[in-house]
Amino acid sequence: MSRYLIHRFGQSLVLLILVSLVGFMVLNLAPGGPLSQFALTPGMSQADLERIAAQMGLDRPLPIQYLDWFWRLFVGDWGNSFRDGVPVLEVIGRHLFATLLLMISSTIISVGIGTVVGVMGATRRYSLFDYTATVLAMVALSIPTFWFGLVAIYTFALDLGWLPAGNMYTIGDQSFADYATHLIMPSLVLALVNVAIWSRYMRSAMLDVIDQDFIRTARAKGLPRWRVLYLHVMRNALLPMITLAGLQLPTLLGGALVTETVFTWPGMGRLFLDSLGYQDYPVVMGLLMFSAMLVLVGNLLADILVALADPRVRLE
Amino acid sequence: MTVRKTPFLCLTRRGVMQLGIGAAAAGLLPTIAGQVLAAEPSGQVIVGFSQEPTVFNPHMLHIEVDEGIHWNVFDPLFGVDENGTFFPALAAEVPTVENGGISPDGLNWRVKLRDDVVWHDGTPFTAEDVKYTLELLVDENFRSARRTGHELIRNIEVVSPTEITWEMTEPFAPYPSILAWTFMVPKHALGSAEDPNTAAFNQAPIGTGPFKWVERVAGDYILLEANENYWGEGPHLERLIFKYIPDLTVLYTQFKTGDIDVIALQGITPDHYQEATGLPGKEIVLAPSSAMESISLNMGRPQFQDPAVRQALYLALDKATIIDALYYGLPRPTESYYPQESFYYNKDLPKHEFNIEKANQILDEAGWARGDDGIREKDGVRLSFSNSTTAGNHVREQMQQFVQQSFKEIGAEMTIENLPPAVMWGDYWMLSQWDSVVVGINFTTGPDPDTSDYFKSTGINAQGGSGQNTWQINNPEVDALLEKGGKLFVPEERKEVYDRIQEIMREDLPFLPIFQYANVRGHQEGMEGYNPNVNVRITTWNAKDWKVN
Repeated sequence: MSRYLIHRFGQSLVLLILVSLVGFMVLNLAPGGPLSQFALTPGMSQADLERIAAQMGLDRPLPIQYLDWFWRLFVGDWGNSFRDGVPVLEVIGRHLFATLLLMISSTIISVGIGTVVGVMGATRRYSLFDYTATVLAMVALSIPTFWFGLVAIYTFALDLGWLPAGNMYTIGDQSFADYATHLIMPSLVLALVNVAIWSRYMRSAMLDVIDQDFIRTARAKGLPRWRVLYLHVMRNALLPMITLAGLQLPTLLGGALVTETVFTWPGMGRLFLDSLGYQDYPVVMGLLMFSAMLVLVGNLLADILVALADPRVRLE
Repeated sequence: MTVRKTPFLCLTRRGVMQLGIGAAAAGLLPTIAGQVLAAEPSGQVIVGFSQEPTVFNPHMLHIEVDEGIHWNVFDPLFGVDENGTFFPALAAEVPTVENGGISPDGLNWRVKLRDDVVWHDGTPFTAEDVKYTLELLVDENFRSARRTGHELIRNIEVVSPTEITWEMTEPFAPYPSILAWTFMVPKHALGSAEDPNTAAFNQAPIGTGPFKWVERVAGDYILLEANENYWGEGPHLERLIFKYIPDLTVLYTQFKTGDIDVIALQGITPDHYQEATGLPGKEIVLAPSSAMESISLNMGRPQFQDPAVRQALYLALDKATIIDALYYGLPRPTESYYPQESFYYNKDLPKHEFNIEKANQILDEAGWARGDDGIREKDGVRLSFSNSTTAGNHVREQMQQFVQQSFKEIGAEMTIENLPPAVMWGDYWMLSQWDSVVVGINFTTGPDPDTSDYFKSTGINAQGGSGQNTWQINNPEVDALLEKGGKLFVPEERKEVYDRIQEIMREDLPFLPIFQYANVRGHQEGMEGYNPNVNVRITTWNAKDWKVN
C-alpha cells in the first residue's frame, strides 16, 4: 500500500509540473496582458504601462518568470493577486467557503434524490415511474441553468417574494436562518441537473448488477427482497458511483460558474472567470494548480475507497 | 433603511431574532434606533456595481469602479463639481492666481490646509501628508498609476502644518484638474510600510473621507461606515455598501427586488430604460457621461490618409438610426469629444448629415473608382479595412453590422474582427495595430480641456512617442495649439484655443464622433442627494450628501 502511494505521489508530482508549465505558457503567450485593461484610463500612456510592467517584473523573459514563480510555489509562496494584492492562497480560501456551502448542500440533495430515483427506476424497470423519471431527467439535463435560474428568481423572488433574489446572505444579518433562505434557490437549481445525472448513473449501475447470476441465486435462496436489494445489488452498484464521486470532487470545489453568476454567489467559479478576464496570472495559475491537485487527490481517494469497499481490488 | 420585500420564509425568525438580540442589533437596524438624534448618520445604502472594486490605494493602477470607493474614503485637496467648479476640500481654499495660491506665471504654488482634519485612526492631517503624497506619486519604486503633472513639481516645502508650497518646472494649466482627482494618503500609515506597493494599507485604507473602511468580502461586497469626525458636511448615512453583481440582468433584477438601492456604473441597459421608468418606488436618472463613442480611424493606414475617404465615411454613417434603434434614443449625438456640459464644448461645429449620395460623389471626385466587386480602389489601395471592438458587447456588435451595410453602399468594405478586452486594449490598441475601432473614450481629466496625450504628435506610441495618440494624428497646428493651451490659465483665453482644435478634429475626422454616452442610473425613491457629475468618473462621488428616509 505505501509503495503504491509513493508511486502515485511521484506520478502526481510530474503531472503537476507539466500542468503548470503548459498553463503558464498558454496564459502568457495569449495576446494582451494584465495591464491592457488600464489602457483607456484618462492620461494613460504606453510608457506608463511599460514602466509599471517592469516594476511588476512582467518584462523579464518568460522562462525566468516561470522559474521564479515555480520556486516560490515550491517554498510555499503562491504569489499575490495582481488585482487586489492579496496572497493567492487567501484569495482561494475566501472563495472556497462560498463554493463549499453551495456545492455540498446541492450535492446532498442531488445524490440523495438521485440515488432514490435511480434505485426505484432500476427495480421498476419500464414502469410508468421509470419512463417519467427518464423523460424528466432528459428535460432537466437540457434546460440551461442560466435560464432556469432566472425563471426561478422571477417567480420566487420577484413575483411571489418568497425567497431572496440572490446573494449568500443579507449584509449585516448573516444568521443561520439568513444563510439558509439564501441557499434554497441556488442549491435547488444546481441540484436539478445533478439529480438527473446521478439518477441516470445509479439506474444503470443497478441494472448492471440486478441481472447477474449471484442476485438470482440470492433470490432463489429465499432472501427477503430488501436484503437482496440493499446488501447485494446496491453494494455492488455503488462501486462505479464511488469512482464517479471521486471524479466529481474537483467539479465540486471548482464551483458552478453559471449558478454563481445568476445568484451572485461569491464562489470559485466566478473567481476563476474574473481572474481570467483581468489576466490575473498569479490567481489563475494558483487556481489551475489547485484544481489539478484536486483531480489527482480525487482520483486517488476514489481508488482507495473502491479498494476498501471491494475486497477483490488490491492496490499494488 | 431600504424598503425591502422580506422573504417570507425568514420573516418570523428574523422577528424573533430582533426581539432577542434587539439591544445588540440596535446599532445596525435603524428601524429600532428610533431614539437616535436626527443629525446623526442613519440608514444604509447598497450600491450595485457590475465590476468589482479591488484597488484601494488610490494611486495605484485602477479602473473607474475603484474610484467609487476612493471618493468616499479619501479627500483631494479640492474637488470639482458637476459645473466644473472647484470646491475646497482638505485645502482651506482653492489656490488661484487671484488669491495668491498660484503665481501669475503658474510656477509657484502655495496651498493652505484645513486645521481640523484627522485621519480615520485619529492622527491629525498635516502638510507633511500632502508632501508625502506628491512625492509618492513620482517615487521610482512605487507603481504609480499617473505621473503626468506631478513630475513637474520641485522643491516641496512644508511651511507649517497647514501650509505647503512647491515650484513647477513649467506652467501646466491642467494641473488643478489633475489635483482635483488626487487623493491625499497618510504618511504615518503608508510611509512607514516597507514597500508601499504591498502595504497592509492597500487592503484596509485609512483616509480623511466621509466614510471609514470596515471590511471587504472578496468577490462580494465592501462595507464602509460613517466617519463621525468628518471635517465637512455629512455623512448622513450610517453605512455604505458596495455590492458586486457581475451580470447586468441580475443587477437589474436585484434593483427591482430592492436587494440593492442604487444601480451605478454601467447602470441599467438601454433596452430596460422604458420598463425601469415605470417601476414603483424607484427613481431613474439619465446621467450624461463624459465619454464619447466613435469609429476611430488609424491614419497610418493608406486607406485613411485621403481626407475624402474619412469625410465620405462620416457622411455614410447613419447616426440617427444607430442612436434611436440600437440605443433607444438615450445618448445625444455629438460632433465633439468634449461632453456637452463642458465649458469648452464647441457648439458651432458643423452638424453631421447622413447622405450616401454625397459620400459617393466625394469619393468619385477624389478618384476612388469602383472595382468589379463594387469596392473602390485608388492607386492600388483598396477601400477595405477591418473594424474591431471588445467582443461580447452586443449593442456595439449590432452597430458594427449596421455600419458595415451603410459603408458597403459607398463602395467601402468593412470586415468585423472583434477581440477579447485584454487583447483589444493591449498593444493592439496602444501601438496602432488596428485599421478602425469602435471605442468610447473619456478624453479629459475632470473639467480640463487638455487632450495632449491623445492628439499631440509626440503621443504616437507606434512611432516611438508616449501618450495615447493611437490614431497617429500628426498636425503641426494642433501640436502648437495644445502647447499654447497648456500654458494659459484664463478659461476664456483657453476656450479659443480648444474651440479651434475641435474645429480641426471635426474637419480632419481621425475619429467619426457618434454620441456622448448617457448612463441610466436608478435609485430607491426617497433617496436624496444623488447627483451625477460629468467631471468625475463615477456617480458615487458624493455619497456623503446622500440621505435616506
